[in-house]
Amino acid sequence: MKRQLLGVAATAVLAMCFAATAQFNAAEAKEKTLKYCSEGSPENFNPQINTTGTSFDAAQPVFNGLVEFEPGTTKVIPGVAEKWDIAPDGKTYTFHLRKNVKFHSNKNFKPTRDFNADDVIATFNRMWKQDDPYYKVSGGAYDYFNDMGMPDLLKSIDKVDDHTVRFVLNEANVTFLPDIAMNFAQIHSKEYLDAMMKAGTPEKVDQDPIGTGPFSFVTYQKDAQIRYKAFKDYWGGKPKIDNLVFLISTDAAVRKAKLQAGECDIMSYPNATDIKALQADPKLQVLQQPGLNIAYLAMNVQKKPFDDVRVRQAINMAIDKKALIDAIYQGQGEPAKNPIPPTIWAYNNDIQPYPYDPEKAKALLKEAGVTSIDSDLWAMPVQRPYNPDGKRMAEMMQADLAKVGVTTHIVSYEWGEYRKRMQNGDHQMAQFGWTGDNGDPDNFMFVLLGCDAARQGGQNVAKWCNKEFTDLLVKARVNPDIKQRKELYNKAQVIFHQEVPWVPIAHSVVSVPMSKKVTGFKVHPLGIMIFTHVDKTD
Amino acid sequence: MIRFLLTRVSLVIPTFLGIVFLAFMLIRLVPGDPIEVRVGERGIAPERHAQLLHEMGLDRPLYVQFFDYVGQVMRGDLGISLVTHNPVLSEFLTLFPATLELAFCAMLFAVAVGLPAGILAATKRGSTVDHVVMGISLTGYSMPIFWWGLLLILTFSVDLGWTPVNGRLSADYYFDPVTGFMTIDSLLSEDDPTGAFLSSLSHLILPTIVLGTIPLAVIARMTRSSMLEVLGEDYIRTARAKGLSAFRVVNVHALRNALIPVVTVIGLQVGTLMGGAILTENVFSWPGVGHWLVQSIYRRDYPALQGGILLIATIVIIVNLLVDLAYGLLNPRIRHKR
Repeated sequence: MKRQLLGVAATAVLAMCFAATAQFNAAEAKEKTLKYCSEGSPENFNPQINTTGTSFDAAQPVFNGLVEFEPGTTKVIPGVAEKWDIAPDGKTYTFHLRKNVKFHSNKNFKPTRDFNADDVIATFNRMWKQDDPYYKVSGGAYDYFNDMGMPDLLKSIDKVDDHTVRFVLNEANVTFLPDIAMNFAQIHSKEYLDAMMKAGTPEKVDQDPIGTGPFSFVTYQKDAQIRYKAFKDYWGGKPKIDNLVFLISTDAAVRKAKLQAGECDIMSYPNATDIKALQADPKLQVLQQPGLNIAYLAMNVQKKPFDDVRVRQAINMAIDKKALIDAIYQGQGEPAKNPIPPTIWAYNNDIQPYPYDPEKAKALLKEAGVTSIDSDLWAMPVQRPYNPDGKRMAEMMQADLAKVGVTTHIVSYEWGEYRKRMQNGDHQMAQFGWTGDNGDPDNFMFVLLGCDAARQGGQNVAKWCNKEFTDLLVKARVNPDIKQRKELYNKAQVIFHQEVPWVPIAHSVVSVPMSKKVTGFKVHPLGIMIFTHVDKTD
Repeated sequence: MIRFLLTRVSLVIPTFLGIVFLAFMLIRLVPGDPIEVRVGERGIAPERHAQLLHEMGLDRPLYVQFFDYVGQVMRGDLGISLVTHNPVLSEFLTLFPATLELAFCAMLFAVAVGLPAGILAATKRGSTVDHVVMGISLTGYSMPIFWWGLLLILTFSVDLGWTPVNGRLSADYYFDPVTGFMTIDSLLSEDDPTGAFLSSLSHLILPTIVLGTIPLAVIARMTRSSMLEVLGEDYIRTARAKGLSAFRVVNVHALRNALIPVVTVIGLQVGTLMGGAILTENVFSWPGVGHWLVQSIYRRDYPALQGGILLIATIVIIVNLLVDLAYGLLNPRIRHKR
């Protein structure tokens, strides 16, 4: 009898496990819920201490910056600062803060006041002042704040009155504004920081975020989903969707399947090979924009024979970029001719790219007196947004170069080692790339090609230092007039084109596949997912 | 019996220490460190790198770190994740119910299908049924989990739309976890518990099949061979001669004895199940410990990975110990000998 009972019980459990109706209609939610299939779990919910795009995306709905990037562009627009003045010396920025900006609340915290200058100062002090009580909380490595040179740039931050804050810089630098539009500078509530410190749980501010953003944080179920709710008191007006859910799926093929099955409305990072199939799906749309990135082959100008500009030009003509884009990027990229992508306002479109011309390349090499070149060719060991397959790209380049008499040996190291050795200048030719942080041309050209960065260990891996080029960039850096800046950058790009320390390869395209029901979404060149103005039709 | 138990338990200690050592060393053999992997193209200044390593305590000699870690584990402290800054144990405990729920269903599926299939194949030895069952189980055994998972997703979720693609619950339902077992929590939820429960079950179907396939194949094959051996015994012939029904002979007389090696195999499959869970969870984005461990490798989150491996190994060791003890219960001869 007992055994029979056991049998019945087991069968019942099994039946429940497997005979569950395969297709069922989940209770129709009356509220509008936007489901976003994201690619991974956030480290936490504080963009000050995060380092990955995945984590920034997870905090983005909750926070606002003083200034922000306009959705779909890298133009800097007002955030919780409604306007700002820049002193004539370019060193003092005065921000006028919006009034009646509310903070979210949660079970541990109810704000008693609106956003004000104290919140701005507390936010920056956490990253800047080593004696700030929060400086060491949650491992306290403020990578972006440090990487953007803030500790050296900032002289003081003062409260002028409740709704005015003054930033004084050590030197004029017009990239300051796009820098603080980045996620790391988003504003936290001082009141919340103080309350959590008092309660002895300071790390809560990094896990249960409180911000002024369009969505308030509801919950994070580790590795599964993140939920947000539209913030009805949002200063920019309540968002059109009621709930925002991030569904985490690390595998791109699975995210694609989820989107096709209607389990999510938008997906992140599709495989390049899947784009065509997604575009062909009648229920879906794929929004695309050239990414703010570049893949390039750096030639070490401090090593022979790449010290000769003719050799560098010859290499530029020997590599068939179109073939690389078709094979490596599956067509989801565009050939590069400048060191910055075309989405940046300073892009010089008058420059004519070097044509693919092996014969001319051979002639140039002959003219330079180098008949046989034996060089290393470093292949990217990791997949990056700008280079989906470094090894295969290196093999194709090797074949192209062999046609003009350049023998290459493909070399690769583990990513950290690769970067370190290249920055030391150990290579002759090496693949590398860059994804812009803030959309400013300085963030590409000065960082990657300036004389400062050509030092051993620096980011200028071609080790190319051209004084005229760098002078133009330094002038552009302190000039607030965008027209004059554009001229300076145009000139700099001409020098780059003549000197060609790199073979600029490609700018990959950012694709965001989504259901046709989704409206109002704009693909951001920086890859940021902004849901504030997104709506979903039935 | 007690002596047997003590011998077994004492053997567990060196195994355990070996695992701590391996878990500790292996992840450190992987190139890159927790700081290197999170740094992008920009790189990191050597001084800052050194400073961050120092803050994490990773600049000390390896043996010091190791003994420090062993001491910490002895005190029951598995450390803090380098990425999320949460205690490793609490992260594990948050995620483990998901793995356990999946593994339980997969095992149930494997036994419920594998056992009858094996019996059927044995009783119909040499027939088409036998060949079909054994053929399918060999295919199942050889099936790469990644491929199998994607294949099922594409067929049943994308093309036919019968099952959800991945996850544990439809995003239309939401409730705070109580036990961590979605099937139970859904029943405890306030809004529409039936709908939520069905949703959690439907999410279990594909991962259960994928994870259960290999154990199922092993169990079916083991049951068949063990059954064949037992069916050839004299007492079975006697039972048949007594005029007992074929059903009674097979399911009462033969099965009980044939089950002993099968139970061993089921026990051993717990290890396979944990290994398989890592792959299955990644295909289905199942928020369990397998998925978490893989992410920890990518992020070089040493404490999370070490702690996770250690806890899983502990579970496998305990299950194997229990299997040894279960023999005694199943087979009086073993019990009495001891």
